Amino acid sequence: MNIHEYQAKAILDKFGVPTPNAEVASTAAEAKEIASRIGGRVVVKAQVHAGGRGKVGGVKLVDSPEEAEQVAASLLGTRLVTNQTGASGVPVEKVMIAETLDIKDELYISIVIDGDVGAPLVMASTEGGMDIEEVAESTPEKIFRVAGDPLIGLTTYHARDIALALGVPAKSVRATTKLITDLYNVFVENDCSLVEINPLVITEDDQVFALDAKINIEDDALFRHPDLAALRDPNQQDPLEQRADKAELAYVKLEGGRVGCMVNGAGLAMATMDITKAAGADPANFLDIGGSADQDRIEEAFKIIIADDDVEMILVNLFAGIARSDIVAQGIVAAAKETNASVPMVVAMRGTNAEEGIKILADSGLNITGAPDLAGAAEVLKVKLLELGESN
Amino acid sequence: MAILVGENTRLLVQGLGRDGSFQANRTREYGTNMVAAVHPGRDGQKFEDEVPYFSTVAKAVEETGANTGVIFVPAPFAMDAIIEQVDAGLELVVCITEGVPVLDMVKVMAYIKDKPTRLIGSNCPGVLSPASKAKVGIVPGNIVQPGNVGVVSRSGTLTYEAIAQLVQHGMGQSTCVGIGGDPIHGTTFTDVLELFQADDETEAIVLIGEIGGIREQLAADYIKEHVTKPVVAAIAGSSAPAGKRMGHAGAIITGKAALASEKNKALEAAGVHVVESPALIGAKMKEVLG
Repeated sequence: MNIHEYQAKAILDKFGVPTPNAEVASTAAEAKEIASRIGGRVVVKAQVHAGGRGKVGGVKLVDSPEEAEQVAASLLGTRLVTNQTGASGVPVEKVMIAETLDIKDELYISIVIDGDVGAPLVMASTEGGMDIEEVAESTPEKIFRVAGDPLIGLTTYHARDIALALGVPAKSVRATTKLITDLYNVFVENDCSLVEINPLVITEDDQVFALDAKINIEDDALFRHPDLAALRDPNQQDPLEQRADKAELAYVKLEGGRVGCMVNGAGLAMATMDITKAAGADPANFLDIGGSADQDRIEEAFKIIIADDDVEMILVNLFAGIARSDIVAQGIVAAAKETNASVPMVVAMRGTNAEEGIKILADSGLNITGAPDLAGAAEVLKVKLLELGESN
Repeated sequence: MAILVGENTRLLVQGLGRDGSFQANRTREYGTNMVAAVHPGRDGQKFEDEVPYFSTVAKAVEETGANTGVIFVPAPFAMDAIIEQVDAGLELVVCITEGVPVLDMVKVMAYIKDKPTRLIGSNCPGVLSPASKAKVGIVPGNIVQPGNVGVVSRSGTLTYEAIAQLVQHGMGQSTCVGIGGDPIHGTTFTDVLELFQADDETEAIVLIGEIGGIREQLAADYIKEHVTKPVVAAIAGSSAPAGKRMGHAGAIITGKAALASEKNKALEAAGVHVVESPALIGAKMKEVLG
């Protein structure tokens, strides 16, 4: 789960990580008030769940409270479109007003889970403020990596190693070491999937601050963090992704496609996308109904897929293990009848209770073409797409 | 001889809610020897009037001689169940539960590191050996067929897909192993490849990978050095949009290695028969085995 920068800052504050003096505002008047309280030159930052905001005017330096008010007014209530959002962008409902610092050096630090090592991994680089993927690609030797220990955590000497690798001034080593240790605690104690500080800055007077913070919380662990779960901002999500979340379905909207995919399992979802592409069409979305799905959730899943205007055809690819084909079939039929959906469907259904499921679909009178397996689904899809092309 | 499970499997099932009970019934129908059910508070009762219930795994093992455990408990309790089964000394623990917090799995892996128990999962379909009627997990029993192809996969449903394709082309399976799709999982490709290579019943191997991580590359390294049996591999996700859900940091741990194309390249260099679509696994294996 994504959270806003101001929420991430509050978590960092709680764990003792130094951040610039900043407050969040929902109105331009509040922004003005905060800017005058902080004093001097401040930065106004749109609070959205998307990177790339700086390049599209979402982050602005201002010299007076009046200017802060103007910038806040121009951002609040608009939608910000960045290279990481869809074409409709994401709403700006809050701005953060932060003090500016005299920066001497910009560094990078992040923590993620390294599945191959089986522990949280701290990555640090002297190339702060830059596109870190670019750094990883062109100069991988500039990224310094240390894995924490699952039982001990990140030792102080490891944190110091990182501080030294970052080449911070001698006076800042102790504070940087503490900051890295505290960040590691933020990661572990909040069940994060990502903590990223870019940039981590050293000021002219050798103080160290987390200037920008991106924190993602692992969805699977939210059950034990009700306080963090409450930070969810559904308005930042695509409305259909929002609906899917509510029904505990994994739905991903894909730009530029026309085939809606209903599948069970992430691997089969990927394979289904692969064959859809191979059949000459792009997937418009994919919806993973997961392992154990009851009929209500299947109905909602189907409704979400057809609510996507890009969907001209639906490919259902189910290989039931825990899920039951008959229940999925009942859900599809009920939802299609309720919504009068006329979208053609290609359905491959195997595994637990598949025969019952196929019979339910065959008897439904809906526009459904069966396919025996993955390869068969690819062929049927190809034929159906051609037919669709001709009728359009 | 199958790998991991077999005629000597004495199965304990932990977590008998709706899904767990449904799957336990399928397991028994298939012919697997389920000897114990663990669900707190049901001591003295019997699952389906036949299999004794116990409140603890230790008690169940003591009374029934169970040697293999399968876990269906909800995700918040999965770490505890795994550790309870490991502590009770089960040889094999299969955790089917999906959605286990990754930091729980970090702790689990550290805890079991020096213990004799082998863990498969979490978030996996489990293991099935058709010839010995041993089904530990949720792989549907009606899709498999006894034979000589070993199947190992990160994805649950794609495992079934591969099995169905093999059967369609007239090839049965020695053992099917779903190792799980979570970033941290107990048994890896390399572990299973080692077992298949040593298994007399297995003549050829299907490996199904996914984008992300470097486990497929590690498997390729292992195959190059140690595996003499033919391997057919498919990597799912060649068309997945790059980093749709990932932060920058996620993408830079393994960088390019996470891509399907890089994994295919590594496997091909190790002499593996790589198919471009997961739909072609069965046909390719048929061609390889002649």
